[in-house]
Amino acid sequence: MINRIKLVVGASVFTIASGAGAAGTGVQAEPDWTLPVHDNEIFGQLLFDRMEYQRDGNNEIALWDAQAWVGTDRKRLWIETEGETNLATEGGDVENFDAQYSYRLAPFWDIQTGLGAQATFGPGQNKERYSALIGLQGLAPYWFEVDTNLRVTEDGDLSYDFEAEYDWLLTQRLILQGRGETLVAFSDVEEWGVGSGINNIGLGLRLRYQLSREFAPYVGVSYTRYLGNTKDLREREGEDVESSSFVAGIRWWY
Amino acid sequence: MNEQHPDTGLSRRRLIQGAAAMGLIAGFDSLMPAFARGNLDNSNVYHTVRDGADIYDLTIARTPLTIGSKLSKQPITINGTLPAPLIRLKQGREAIMRVTNTLSEATSIHWHGLILPFRMDGVPGVSFPGIMPGETFEYRFPVEQHGTYWYHSHSGFQEQLGHYGPIIIDPAEPEPVSYDREYIVVLSDWTFDSPADVFRNLKVFEGYYNYNQRTVGDFFKDVETMGWDAAWSKAGMWGRMRMSPRDILDVTGSEYTYLMNGSPSASNWTGLFRPGEKIRLRFINASAMTFFDVRIPGLPMTVISADGQPVQPVETDEFRIGVAETYDVIVEPTDMAHTVFAQAQDRSGFVRGTLATRKGLEAQVPPMYPRTERGMAAMGMGAMGKSGGQAMHGGMDMAHGDMAGDSGGMNMDHGRMNMDTSPDKSSLSPVPTAGRPVSHGPDNHGPGAAMVASSPQSRLDEPGVGFETVDHRVLTYSQLRSIDGWPDKRPAEREVELHLTGNMERYMWSFDGRKFSEVDGPVKFYHGERLRLILVNDSMMDHPIHLHGMWMELETGAGEHRPRKHTISVKPGERVSALITADAPGDWAFHCHLLYHMDAGMFRVVSVV
Repeated sequence: MINRIKLVVGASVFTIASGAGAAGTGVQAEPDWTLPVHDNEIFGQLLFDRMEYQRDGNNEIALWDAQAWVGTDRKRLWIETEGETNLATEGGDVENFDAQYSYRLAPFWDIQTGLGAQATFGPGQNKERYSALIGLQGLAPYWFEVDTNLRVTEDGDLSYDFEAEYDWLLTQRLILQGRGETLVAFSDVEEWGVGSGINNIGLGLRLRYQLSREFAPYVGVSYTRYLGNTKDLREREGEDVESSSFVAGIRWWY
Repeated sequence: MNEQHPDTGLSRRRLIQGAAAMGLIAGFDSLMPAFARGNLDNSNVYHTVRDGADIYDLTIARTPLTIGSKLSKQPITINGTLPAPLIRLKQGREAIMRVTNTLSEATSIHWHGLILPFRMDGVPGVSFPGIMPGETFEYRFPVEQHGTYWYHSHSGFQEQLGHYGPIIIDPAEPEPVSYDREYIVVLSDWTFDSPADVFRNLKVFEGYYNYNQRTVGDFFKDVETMGWDAAWSKAGMWGRMRMSPRDILDVTGSEYTYLMNGSPSASNWTGLFRPGEKIRLRFINASAMTFFDVRIPGLPMTVISADGQPVQPVETDEFRIGVAETYDVIVEPTDMAHTVFAQAQDRSGFVRGTLATRKGLEAQVPPMYPRTERGMAAMGMGAMGKSGGQAMHGGMDMAHGDMAGDSGGMNMDHGRMNMDTSPDKSSLSPVPTAGRPVSHGPDNHGPGAAMVASSPQSRLDEPGVGFETVDHRVLTYSQLRSIDGWPDKRPAEREVELHLTGNMERYMWSFDGRKFSEVDGPVKFYHGERLRLILVNDSMMDHPIHLHGMWMELETGAGEHRPRKHTISVKPGERVSALITADAPGDWAFHCHLLYHMDAGMFRVVSVV
């Protein structure tokens, strides 16, 4: 897995760097002069969109949802990861760890392609699997932040995930965020608890207070319902098919 | 823990504070340029006149300064002051500026608005290599014009750190205006943060400094005033575009301390006068990012020059000054004290100073205007007449159409506001670009442009967003008429059209959707030709567009009396045109004068070949 991620990272950095070097064709100055403006700088950001504690009855879960990018306006290396761990059993899963090359295709949309990993950790038998992915990330009309990917695993299993977030500004600093996500699988993968069809619907409402632009604690509720074959699989394993949790966490970026 | 001083009983902390305050006051005076203290003859040691040349020695250095009550280590000063000292030249003489760089980085001085040989223009990477650390560079050029101008760094973000100062050029022949006294009013914006950090915040977080976004409450206010359907369509229209009508200034009063001649409001820069005097005020907007709205409550102002060039006197109560523009006005104060009030265009802050008969007097400081938002005209959707919330009335039906694609059928009543005092419209010839179809690239400028103006209009007779509630006169470009026209009477032989484009989400700014680093060559002007430059603003923001080395004769419909400008502020959704005589061979910078827009890529080189 590490090697494959390295490959994507290396290819992305090369592409970004090649763009940065091509600057300055709009001027016919002496070659050793500095450029009048430096408009192809590389920036980056690390964002913990959700770093939270969830409580559903007696279950306590710590969840993370983070992304980091580095690059120029048009070309970026983009890393996203999401996962959770059960605070009692210390078992959990890395839902995804994706390293992607991201290209701004349209004013509000990036096309992203790369490799992703999924894994479980904690006591007992752990497993991992890898996938290639292609997706769109951006801002849809009406200010919906959308991130959606099509994945094919090393075993050829195809799935599609979709996430959207929407912010209601109650004041300049108090913000209510609505969040929805779903996953559609095109085949059964029992080992990973995935049934074909729509797997789940997740909805969340989080009320955050921006102490600064970078730091915002929040509280909220989160609801997940499993559907179809996935629901049947979970019922057979004795797992919940519906859960609603109280959540508290921070949104933080640098 | 308060440690008591054994002798005085004062806490040690208090003593240190006292000492700091004294140092501060002493420092304040010595670090103010002479012009800010009202000394415009500028009898500074570093200015000499010899053999028909004005010679200045200027030293650029990093100087810790106290701004307001806070010490900053980052100011970049010239001869130790912020703003930099006044440079006073005489038309017809030569200017020799010996500039020494004591910084650890390269620097430059650009003589903003001055017509000079291009090697003396001072833009690193375009006209010269820059002034390296430890180096002294000698600028030398003939002074052909007169009026109010300014100078500033063209290197990196130095201009944001105080590297700017005023220029007055005295005319060879007496001017047709009389006054008893003159003051310079340099307006600027100051940040205690590193400008690189400010830029990064803009780059990684859309609207980082905007604490005036639309809220759920604003939506319900709209429902109250315009009804459910209209409020819903309005929100839907902006939402579909992914544009914010509250996107007025990128960097706001949440970050900036606004300065008048280097002084924040609390320090109250004061210009003294004797009752009955006529005063000439030379306003210069040396901000990095801030459009200011300037008025002196209770005192009408007569505008006599714009961007250094004389105009037919026009009386007004307020004017908006774009970044890098200058206006000279004449006032005749009547009271003991008058407030000179400059509020940021988005009303997130202001700076005031005072005209007074003696030091220490103050007049009432007016409240800022209420916050406002842009109307549909900002999206280039046709003649709304006025921007702002009120303008949304009656126009909502069209919001159901596809914004970007719909170019016709948007003729709405051109609502006039009572502030309009421009001369009889019928006497003006029409603006030559009025009613023209708009030309975009086949891909609507690509990812660098979040929108295109489908039906850009001439908006020269509008004062701009934020004046919806005022009931007095506000200057418009259409009121500016040059005194005697300009020597080159030829019509344009050729047209060059450029679109001002941006994508706020990634803070990308460009011309025609392409950043400086993405274009494949300079904009070519042919030496001696007469051309028409057409600018179309496809973005949500006002852009002050500055051409180095040549004048732009703004086509306001005033015929031969079109005003000459070095910087043209183009409103959102607006199309303007200017005539240019390409008489200055060489490479010239052409850019948006909002510092962070320029550095994000809204920069081109104009090459006169």
